[in-house]
Amino acid sequence: MDPVTLGRWQFGITTVYHFLFVPITIAMAMMVAVLQTIWYKTGHARYLQLTKFFGKLLLINFALGVVTGIVQEFQFGMNWSEYSRFVGDVFGAPLALEALLAFFLESTFLGLWIFGWHRLPKLLHLMTIWMVAIGTMLSAVFILAANSWMQNPVGTTFNNGRAELAGIQGFIDVLLNPVFLVTFPHVITAAYMVAGGLMAGVCGWWLMKLRREGTAERDPETVAAHRFGAKMGAWVLIVASVLTIVSGDLQGRVMTHVQPMKMAAAEGLFDTETNAGMRLFVIGDLDATKELFAIKVPGLLTLISGEETVQGVNDLREQYAADGFLRNDGSRTQIQEEYASELAENYPGVDPAPNVPVSFWTFRLMIGLGMLGTVLGALMLWVIRKDKLPPTGKFWDRAWTPIMFALPLLPLFAISFGWIFTEMGRQPWIVAGVMPTAAGVSSSVSAMSVLISMIVYTLVYGVLAVIEVGLFLLYVKKGLPEDTDVELDDHTDEDAPMSFAY
Amino acid sequence: MMLLETVPTLAVVWYMLIVVLWLGFFFLEGFDFGVGMLLPILGHTEKKRRVLINTIGPVWDGNEVWLLTAGGAMFAAFPGWYASLFSALYLPLLLMLVGLILRGVAFEYRAKRPESQWRAMLDWFAIVGSFLPTLVLGVGFANFVIGLPNDGLLFNGTFFGLFSPYALLGGVMLLALFLTHGATFITLKTSGPVHDNARKLVATVGWAAVALMAGFVVIQNIFWPAASAFGDFTVFAWIAAILAVVALAGSVVMTGRGREGWGFILGGLSIVALFSGIFLRMYGNLGFAQDGGVAVTDHLNIITAASSPTTLTIMTWAAVIFVPIVIAYQAWSYWVFRKRISTKNIPDEVEAVA
Repeated sequence: MDPVTLGRWQFGITTVYHFLFVPITIAMAMMVAVLQTIWYKTGHARYLQLTKFFGKLLLINFALGVVTGIVQEFQFGMNWSEYSRFVGDVFGAPLALEALLAFFLESTFLGLWIFGWHRLPKLLHLMTIWMVAIGTMLSAVFILAANSWMQNPVGTTFNNGRAELAGIQGFIDVLLNPVFLVTFPHVITAAYMVAGGLMAGVCGWWLMKLRREGTAERDPETVAAHRFGAKMGAWVLIVASVLTIVSGDLQGRVMTHVQPMKMAAAEGLFDTETNAGMRLFVIGDLDATKELFAIKVPGLLTLISGEETVQGVNDLREQYAADGFLRNDGSRTQIQEEYASELAENYPGVDPAPNVPVSFWTFRLMIGLGMLGTVLGALMLWVIRKDKLPPTGKFWDRAWTPIMFALPLLPLFAISFGWIFTEMGRQPWIVAGVMPTAAGVSSSVSAMSVLISMIVYTLVYGVLAVIEVGLFLLYVKKGLPEDTDVELDDHTDEDAPMSFAY
Repeated sequence: MMLLETVPTLAVVWYMLIVVLWLGFFFLEGFDFGVGMLLPILGHTEKKRRVLINTIGPVWDGNEVWLLTAGGAMFAAFPGWYASLFSALYLPLLLMLVGLILRGVAFEYRAKRPESQWRAMLDWFAIVGSFLPTLVLGVGFANFVIGLPNDGLLFNGTFFGLFSPYALLGGVMLLALFLTHGATFITLKTSGPVHDNARKLVATVGWAAVALMAGFVVIQNIFWPAASAFGDFTVFAWIAAILAVVALAGSVVMTGRGREGWGFILGGLSIVALFSGIFLRMYGNLGFAQDGGVAVTDHLNIITAASSPTTLTIMTWAAVIFVPIVIAYQAWSYWVFRKRISTKNIPDEVEAVA
């Protein structure tokens, strides 16, 4: 295999893996902060138990998110150094700001939160988890602004043989990129679907366990705590789903405008159609240029793309050959315009279409799995409505645990497919309409080196996955912590044991 | 000296800021790495190991971010440097990343299960994860002193070419230095047997570190003086070198006398001086060997690698506002966890509260 293919596989593996932990970190940090706030306000032990219970799960997850994130930051320079050299003036700033504004905040205040239960006054300690939650959110702001720029490179000029910010206004344009403005809410709300599904799944599993063991009557407090968690989680999942759908719809329109080819591939639309139908299922020919069979919903694609006429892959290909990269309305961003002649000269013969089957199916898997997760969340809310426990009977006995696992996993995998779609659908570009992916690879790094690193990452990540999932399930099974004492340590006795230590 | 004036001010400012980030990283994470490597040496019992881990437990993650910020700042301020350097050191950086990954889960996960096998495994994660990055950074910075071979833009040396005798000296020197720094930190943060053993260790490993460092900086300044087309800093680099060695010797002496605060500060000063000297040598050429026959504008250096004035201006504002804020809240977290700990302070109940 060549270095480009290996580099792309490695980036795909490490990024999808990294993003299994990110959504839980982002949304669960906030949900734990909310739980701790409720405890602070009410003083009820139940919310403290939930805070500590989900806090532990958050930490187990957070650690892997951090270590896999380090690889991401280094990987741009290690594997995609020509990309980094070309775009660093624009793309580097959000990454540096992410470290400076978000990583410091998250890591320092997380340390204070973990070790601070008995050393900081309650309100101050509550502030630390809020800082963590804000930090994770800020992190998403910067990395999504950077990614959105790759989809739609605004605010940028071609200067000194590279992409440079077009003045201070260029930086503002990068932060107000229409792609970013719709991507941020989409990713954040999708993250809440996962964390909501996780809380609902864990607490729902516990409700059934309490019922089966017959301890539900004897221990109404534990039941009440898990019921609160299950309902809170399911509601977060459902509300977040609605917002994800709304933001996803907006995103579809922006995408059709800035990357018409990606929309065409997502829809398996080979030839331009007016009042276009949305295809639920397509069989194409082997080189993906022709539709052989399709099930269509008339007019739906025109509705979701917001365009009367939706351009097809084949027509866009012809258009690229004739005029170069154009957005849906024939416009270009500044750097797409300024770099067009260099692009045509340096990289002739670029096929502007992504892999159509991959784009088509990942797009559907994203939507399908996400929707299914939402339905399960609603089902769960229904069966535990009022003061009900999970229902008994042969069906529910068998189905309950798989459903509880599915609540977080369906939206989580939906996110994975969403990212695979976004990034695969951007191909052949690393920066849409400017730089082909193949041009961004490190020319001084051999294929063997990349192969070695890919094997090493895969092995290490595989081992860590086993460790993490094992630990996570162990702590789910341990249940709510008994210890709800949070008095400040008395420092008069130098030899007294600390209330908390690793 | 002639080129110093032509380097844009913002590029000089950002070189200095990146140096500050690296220095912060070495100062802070230096003792974290040291404590990690000292687990098998000073932590013969479970409770002793837990004392060691708890000295850095609340802060190590924040310390590591200095490295991430240094990397991010290089990307933003000197994309050419970031691109050429990170691709040049592909396999060494892979080793470092594997170390950082293992170490990153070690402390948090270790406390989560009581089984001794589990803890032994995660102790190894911490030990290897502290050893590998230290070694790679020591070898790496020695190579920056020498100057990485390149074709004007890209690295054209080999992986094994990175392991010259001087580079290996750099690796061993940094291992000894961080072991000493870690042990000094432990004397400052603990009491009881762990504290006493750490102090004894400083008296032996510390002098080895002094000797290795003296050898390293003398060879550096004789064979690779801090002078280039971008300026002659030979005198300053010598001062930094002498200061580094003297401060480290002072640190060892002070720690031996029980003046642990002074010992720690002098040890930190030594690290800062050592790397200041190395960064003086790297000024302008960014750790890449330069062919004197090629025009300065035609190869990788502080001028050609830098970002546009626009980007550097925006980043400068961000740094001016946020770096002091970060330092303030990190300092606060050290203050919150300022208490010395001993085995008596470690609760038997090992289960993590949160």
